[in-house]
Amino acid sequence: MSKLLEITDLDIRFDTPDGEVYAVKNISLAIGAGECLGVVGESGSGKSQLFLGAFGLLAANGSATGSVRFRGEEILGASAKRLNAIRGGAVTMIFQDPLTALTPHMTVGRQITEALVTHRKVGRAEAIARATEMLDYVRIPEAARRMKQYPHELSGGMRQRVMIAIATITGPDLIIADEPTTALDVTVQAQILEILRTLKEEKQTALALVSHDMGVIAGMADQVQVMRRGEIVESGPVDEIFYTPQADYTRMLLAAVPRLDRAGDLPPTSSETLLQVNDLTVTFPIKGALFQKPRELRAVDGVSFDLKKGETLGIVGESGSGKSTLARAVLKLLPAGLAGEGGRIVWMGRDLGEAGKAELRQLRSDFQIVFQDPLASLDPRMPVGQSIAEPLQALEPHLSREKVRARVRAMMDRVDLDPAWINRYPHELSGGQNQRVGIARAMILSPRMVVCDEAVSALDVSIQAEIVALIGELQKETGLSLLFISHDLAVVRRLCHRVMVLYLGRVVELAGGESLYRKPRHPYTRALLSAVLTPDPKAERARTRTLLTGDTPSPLDPKAQLRFLKSKLADESYRPRLVEEAPGHFVAEHDAIS
Amino acid sequence: MIGSAAKTEALERAVKGRSLGMDAWVRLKRNRAAMAAITVLTLMTLMAIFAPFLSPFRYDAINYDLVTCAPSWWPGPSSCIAPGHIFGTDAVGRDLFVRVLYGARMSLAVGLVATLVSLVIGVIYGAVAGYVGGRTDALMMRAVDILYSLPFIFFVIILMVLFERNLILLFVAVGAVEWLTMARIVRGQTLSIKQKEFVEAARAAGVSGFGIVRRHIIPNAVGPVVVYVTLTVPAVILTESFLSFLGLGVQEPLTSWGTLISEGAAQMETATWTLVFPALFMAATLFCFNFIGDGLRDALDPRDR
Repeated sequence: MSKLLEITDLDIRFDTPDGEVYAVKNISLAIGAGECLGVVGESGSGKSQLFLGAFGLLAANGSATGSVRFRGEEILGASAKRLNAIRGGAVTMIFQDPLTALTPHMTVGRQITEALVTHRKVGRAEAIARATEMLDYVRIPEAARRMKQYPHELSGGMRQRVMIAIATITGPDLIIADEPTTALDVTVQAQILEILRTLKEEKQTALALVSHDMGVIAGMADQVQVMRRGEIVESGPVDEIFYTPQADYTRMLLAAVPRLDRAGDLPPTSSETLLQVNDLTVTFPIKGALFQKPRELRAVDGVSFDLKKGETLGIVGESGSGKSTLARAVLKLLPAGLAGEGGRIVWMGRDLGEAGKAELRQLRSDFQIVFQDPLASLDPRMPVGQSIAEPLQALEPHLSREKVRARVRAMMDRVDLDPAWINRYPHELSGGQNQRVGIARAMILSPRMVVCDEAVSALDVSIQAEIVALIGELQKETGLSLLFISHDLAVVRRLCHRVMVLYLGRVVELAGGESLYRKPRHPYTRALLSAVLTPDPKAERARTRTLLTGDTPSPLDPKAQLRFLKSKLADESYRPRLVEEAPGHFVAEHDAIS
Repeated sequence: MIGSAAKTEALERAVKGRSLGMDAWVRLKRNRAAMAAITVLTLMTLMAIFAPFLSPFRYDAINYDLVTCAPSWWPGPSSCIAPGHIFGTDAVGRDLFVRVLYGARMSLAVGLVATLVSLVIGVIYGAVAGYVGGRTDALMMRAVDILYSLPFIFFVIILMVLFERNLILLFVAVGAVEWLTMARIVRGQTLSIKQKEFVEAARAAGVSGFGIVRRHIIPNAVGPVVVYVTLTVPAVILTESFLSFLGLGVQEPLTSWGTLISEGAAQMETATWTLVFPALFMAATLFCFNFIGDGLRDALDPRDR
C-alpha cells in the first residue's frame, strides 16, 4: 500500500554565525492513511523542525534536503503556490500555543471560514453553517455565539478546540499536531485528546502527533518514532516501543516518566509544626469599566493547613486554582496594596501579619522559593554565581567576599553544577542547569522551608526526574520542609507526605498521599487523577475517563464554587465545608457521585 | 603535577570573577565600528585638549591681512591664500584649525556634562518612580509633565537674565531639560522589569528595595538608556549651537561648532572651507557617538548575539 506521507533521508540544516547546525539528520518515516504516528523527543531533538521542514515552513536560514512525498508527489522544493495549496487543505497543522496561533483581531468564525473559502471554494453562508457545525463537533458549547467572539474571549482549551476546528474543516488527509496539549491543564488535555481520537476514528484522518509526553503518545499513536538530537533512536509499533524498548534512550525516557502508582521513599517528619495557615484569603480587585464598581476576585478563599518539620505538602490544582497566589501569600511576596489578604500565617509561633518589614526580611532566610521558569527567575545580566550569592549578601552582609564565594562554590557543587561556571550567564546554561541554580539560590541560606512553585513543570522529563531526585536528597540531608506546588499529580506523588487539592481558591481535598491516591473521594480529585496519562498503551486505550465536561468556570461567578454541590445552588453564597471523612482525610462537601 | 597545578590556576582564573563591565568590554572590543569610533573620538578629544600646542596661532589672534583666506592646498576658488593656516582663516583672519579645536572643546564639554547631568538625575528619578509606584509614581511623573510644558527657550533666557551668563549655567539649563525624557524612559523600563520573575526572586531572597533597584533594575534598563544617551549627546551639541546662535550661549572670542557652522553657512558660496571643516568635525563626532551607542548596546546585553 502506498503511504500518505513518505519522508526519506531528510536533512534540515540551519546557517548560524557559528557555522552549520543540523536540526534533523537523515530521517526517514512514513505515515499511512488514517494512521497516527507519534514523534516523541525532548526539547532540541528536532521533532518540530522535522515537519516544518517537510512542508517548507523553515526559518529563512534553514534548508532541507532529501525527499518528502505526499500522496506520491514530491513536495520538497515544490513551488510556494503548490505548497500553499497542500497546506491548509490536505495537510493542516495544530500548534502548541493556541493564543499566538490565532489572529487576535479576527472573530473565531472568520478564522474558521477563511480556510474553507480559500481551499474549498464554498459560499459564505455555507461556510458559516459548516463552521458552526464544526465547532459543535469539537464540543464547543453555544457554537453559534462563539462564532462572533474574539480569541481572547475564549479559554485556553476552547482556543485549542477552535484550532482543531480550523485544522479539520477542510477535511484534510493529514493533521500535524505539534504539542497540541502541552500548554493545557490535564483535564482539558484529556478532552482535547478525546476529540483528536474521535477525529481519527470517524473521519479516518491521519495524524502526526509530536510530543515530549510519553503518556500522550501511548494513548494515541499506532507507530512511534523516538527522536534525539535530530536522529531517530528507535521506531516501531507503539506496543513494541513501550513494552520492549530496545534503545537505552527510550528506556531512560520511559523510566523517567513520573507514575501515579509509585510513591518515592519519603524521609520521616517530626511532630513540630513549622507553618500554620489559618483561613487565608487573598482577593484582587478587578477593575470594571469607567464608573463601574471594581469587583473582587477571590484567588485564595479560606485555605487552612499546617506544615510539619521535614514534611512535604503537595499543592495541586489547575490554572486559576490559586496555587501560586497561595505560595506568594505564605511567603509574604504579594505586592502590598494590590492584593487584599485575610487570615493568619504563623511561622514557628510568630504571626507574619504582625512582623515589620525589617523583621520579615530577616525571617526570609528561613523560607525560600524556587520558581517555575528557571530562565525568567534569574537576572539575565547577572552571572549565576552572583545570583546564588544574592541571598547571602542580602541577609548576611558581614560575610567576607572570600567566604561568600566559598559557600557559593560549595553549594554549586552540591547541586551538581560545575563551580567553574560561577561566572556564566543564565543564557549559557540549559534549562535544567538553570533550575539547579535556582535551587542553589534557595538553599544557600539553609532555610527551614522551601516553596517549589511548579519547579519542574518547564523541564524535560529526564531532567525533571533528576531535579525531583535532587530536591528529595536535599530534603533528606537537611530536614527541610517543602511546599511542592504542581499541576501534575504524578510528580507530586513521588515527593509528598500529604497532598492538598485546590479548586478555584478553595481546598477540595486534603489527605495523606497514600490515602488520596488510593481512595480519592472528591469528584474533582477523581477527574484530575483519571486525566493523568501513563506510558502504558494498553491501559491508556482501555481506560474510560471521568471527563469533566466544559471548562473551569470563572472564579468571578458565585455559582462556580458549587459546581460539585449543585443541590445547594439555591443559596449562591454557600461555600462547601471541609469534612474529615477518614482520619487525616479532609474532603469538601459534594453531591453524591452518580 | 605541573599539569594539575596549571589546571587549578586556570580554574582560579575562571572563577575569580569577570565582572559584567569587563565582559562588556571584551565584547565591545570585538565590534570594529565601535572601536574605530572610540579611537576617532579619543583622538579628537586629545586634539581639543592640546589645541594650543598643535598650532602656532592663537584662537583669538586677528589678522586683517588674511581675511577669509583659503588654505594653500584648497582646490576650489578663493580670493586669497593663507600659507601656514592648514584650514584657512575666517572673516576676521583667525586661524580656522585652532578655532575648530576650541569649538570641539566647548561642544564636547557641553555635550558630555549636560548628558551626564541628565543621565544621573533621570535614571535615579525614573527608577525610583517606577519601582515605588502608586501615588509616589503619579506625583513624580506629574512633576515631570509640568516641567515638560515649560518653554525651553524662555526657561534659558530667564536663567540667563537672573544670573550672569556663564558656562555652568548653560550645562545646567540643557541638563535640566534633557533629564525629563530620560526619566520617562527609565520609568517605563522599570515598570516592565518590576514584573519580571527575577525581581520577585530577589525580594524572596531578602534583597532590600534599594538593592533591587541598584542590582537588578538599573542594569537591565541600561540598553535603552545607552541608546538614548548616544542620541542625547548630539542633541545637546545641537542645542548649544542653537543657543550660541541666539547669543545666549558661548561668547566671542570663545567659540563652538555650532557658532562656527552658522558663521560658515553665511559665506558658504565664497568661502566654502569655513563651513566644511567645522561641519566635518561635528558630523564625524555624531557618527562616532552613534556607533559607540550601537556597540555598547550589543556589548551590554549578554543575551542576543
